[in-house]
Amino acid sequence: MQTAADQLIRSLFHQDPGSWPWTQLVYLAFMLAAGMIMTTFAAVFSGTLSWYERRVAARMQSRIGPNRVGPAGFLVWVADALKLITKEDVIPADADPILFRMGPYFVVTGLVLTFVALPFGDRIIAADMNLGLFYILSITALVVVGIIMSAWSSNSKWSLIGGIRSAAQVISYEIPAGLAVMVPVLLAGSLSTQGIIRAQGGPAGGSFFEIGGWPWNWFLFENPMAFAAFFIFFTAALAEGNRTPFDLPEAESELVAGYNTEYSGMRFSYFFLTEWANVWVMSALGTLLFLGGWQIPGVASEAVDHSGWLVVASVLVFVVKTLALVNVVVWLRWTLPRIRVDQMMILCWKYLVPVAMGCVLLTAGWIWGESVVPVSVISGFHLAFFLVAGIVPLVLFVRQTFQNLRLVGDRVDLTNW
Amino acid sequence: MDELVIQKLGPLSDEEMVLNMGPQHPSTHGVIRFVVKGDGEVIKVALPVVGYLHRAIEKIGEIVTFPGFMPYTDRADYLAAMFANEGYALAVEKLMGLEAPPRAQYCRAISCELNRIASHLISVGTMGQDIGALTPFVHALRERETLNDLIEELCGARLTYHYHRIGGVAFDVPDGWAEKTLRFLDRFERILDEYDRLLTWNEIYVKRLADLGVIPAEMAIDYGLVGPNLRASGVDWDLRRDLPYGCYRDFQFQVPVGKGWVGKVGDCFDRYYVRILEMRESVKIVRQALEKLPAGETMHPKIPKKVKPPAGEAWARVESARGEMGYYVTADGVSEKAQRVRIRTGSYLAMGVVEPLSRGMMIADLVALIASLDVVAPEIDR
Repeated sequence: MQTAADQLIRSLFHQDPGSWPWTQLVYLAFMLAAGMIMTTFAAVFSGTLSWYERRVAARMQSRIGPNRVGPAGFLVWVADALKLITKEDVIPADADPILFRMGPYFVVTGLVLTFVALPFGDRIIAADMNLGLFYILSITALVVVGIIMSAWSSNSKWSLIGGIRSAAQVISYEIPAGLAVMVPVLLAGSLSTQGIIRAQGGPAGGSFFEIGGWPWNWFLFENPMAFAAFFIFFTAALAEGNRTPFDLPEAESELVAGYNTEYSGMRFSYFFLTEWANVWVMSALGTLLFLGGWQIPGVASEAVDHSGWLVVASVLVFVVKTLALVNVVVWLRWTLPRIRVDQMMILCWKYLVPVAMGCVLLTAGWIWGESVVPVSVISGFHLAFFLVAGIVPLVLFVRQTFQNLRLVGDRVDLTNW
Repeated sequence: MDELVIQKLGPLSDEEMVLNMGPQHPSTHGVIRFVVKGDGEVIKVALPVVGYLHRAIEKIGEIVTFPGFMPYTDRADYLAAMFANEGYALAVEKLMGLEAPPRAQYCRAISCELNRIASHLISVGTMGQDIGALTPFVHALRERETLNDLIEELCGARLTYHYHRIGGVAFDVPDGWAEKTLRFLDRFERILDEYDRLLTWNEIYVKRLADLGVIPAEMAIDYGLVGPNLRASGVDWDLRRDLPYGCYRDFQFQVPVGKGWVGKVGDCFDRYYVRILEMRESVKIVRQALEKLPAGETMHPKIPKKVKPPAGEAWARVESARGEMGYYVTADGVSEKAQRVRIRTGSYLAMGVVEPLSRGMMIADLVALIASLDVVAPEIDR
């Protein structure tokens, strides 16, 4: 953090903060500001996502969506937050008052703590731990504790079923998620989030199209196992984040509102804050593990280290990739039906866990194979795999989209935004 | 899922949890209550409790005059009010020994089939919503809005139509309405294809509904199921074809029957898909009716101001969106009021089948089962 602050000040103001007498205060202010941004980011992002999700949903459903408060209804999340904060905090008569009050805090704490090890750009990270990924995977378990706590203490059967579903779901899906995460960890040889991103920068000293965050340098297209692992990770992350098609803990058509049925006001808003911010966490993890993180195409990561402007660019790259994944998550929610609780377990234990395990073992074999097979064969395979796994699905997707538009007799209309 | 699962739980399943689903629950489709006895997610039995929406409509039929009861029939089934109107009109016409003029009969058929599409759209959409797909529901409502606009132009109301009257229909088809309707139908057929792509053949959706709540043909007949629920079980019975009333003899159409498209015959998916196919058939009927629409009166000329049918009783039934809807009306020949009105509705019969089918289901399955039976609370209780 200190070196990043140094460099940022050097390139922006052309002064060396090391020569200032109040250097430590500058660092402290920098740290505080960064910490504030990180922790507030979760709240602001989930608010913004709530607006975005509602706009996208409205768009997909031929509705208008929120459009009253602010430009294009953008400030609707501020209005919602104010409403929820000023609402009465109802605690049911038969609920356990202490646990009922504590539950939402556990949920929020579990969420905000993940941001400590989540990067936003080159060295823009609160703490670059060497066990960062392990830390993130374990700290998210605190969310389940909060959910079970609030579900049990609500003293409502709907809440209880939702909470138990959530516990079963999150604990089960942590296994395929953890195994799928091991694939990039093996490929990068590091558990540090920054280390994994740096490993996706192509060969050192390569040409313009060989270095930096080009798609063919991403772990996603590294080998077929990593490709499969990405989808396993994404599915498991959806389940851990209680997002459709795995939104069973709060399935409104079955359980009214699931574990948060009895909550109101601010405590209720905490659950939604967590849910939406969790979308960022899962998308950011997907980006840093498989989609090259903040690596800028054509720029080596060493070059990024030495330029403040490139650091800003790396943040942009990371945010754009993450938001693209966030968009997919939102999109899935308004497209797919919900699966049943036993089908969810079957999917996890019968399919995702064995396949993820196989991916890890095969990746280990792959790494050994790369040291034996000549480099030209490896790079040829990379190119072929990138074309098959990257370009072909994209072309098919675009074709299908236009085919669907033609069949309904609709046209592309973006004027409604 | 069956009894076996509960048995396997052994001593753990001793304690059963009673879960009150409804009357206020997002997916009971109105004010219905289910007392769910179960062990966690697995239901041992779900007992439907009906009667929360009882408004004594049948009794009102004995208090108001014959034409005066017509608006109340709208409320018997607000999603398919045309059929409720038509059944009552047919019953009173039978008592009076007259028949609506041909043009009125065509107007009835057109309005009813449009209403069937609107009602099935709700059914299909809420089915998707109960399974968790929120978007198809709103798409279905979008098409239903256009239908409501058309029906509003025809009779001035969007939900409780009061369009069919004793001896005919209230209003003739307005100018240019037929073209508008045909344009809608052209668009709607493509939208139905889109539903198939968006929802029907979705892997998750199929997996959720296949082999769920299977009603074999004999069971469907034993429980007196009617309409799409009966036909989904493979029983080929449609009043419009088999005991035609009004002008249905003049139309060519198929009667979709459950074929077990993804599982056993009579599962939830069959009940869903039969409705999709029925919408296609209704489109065909409306097209034919608009083409053949005869000229003439829309109201029987001999309907007196005070309707006093001769003493007797009449039973008329129509193929409503929720199946056979029957009206039993008696008159004493002196009074302007009916001596007894009885409405037999499909939703009430469908509720009976919930209890035997719910054994061994999961909570999410029960929601799907209720949605697939397409029950409407006011039609259950009247």
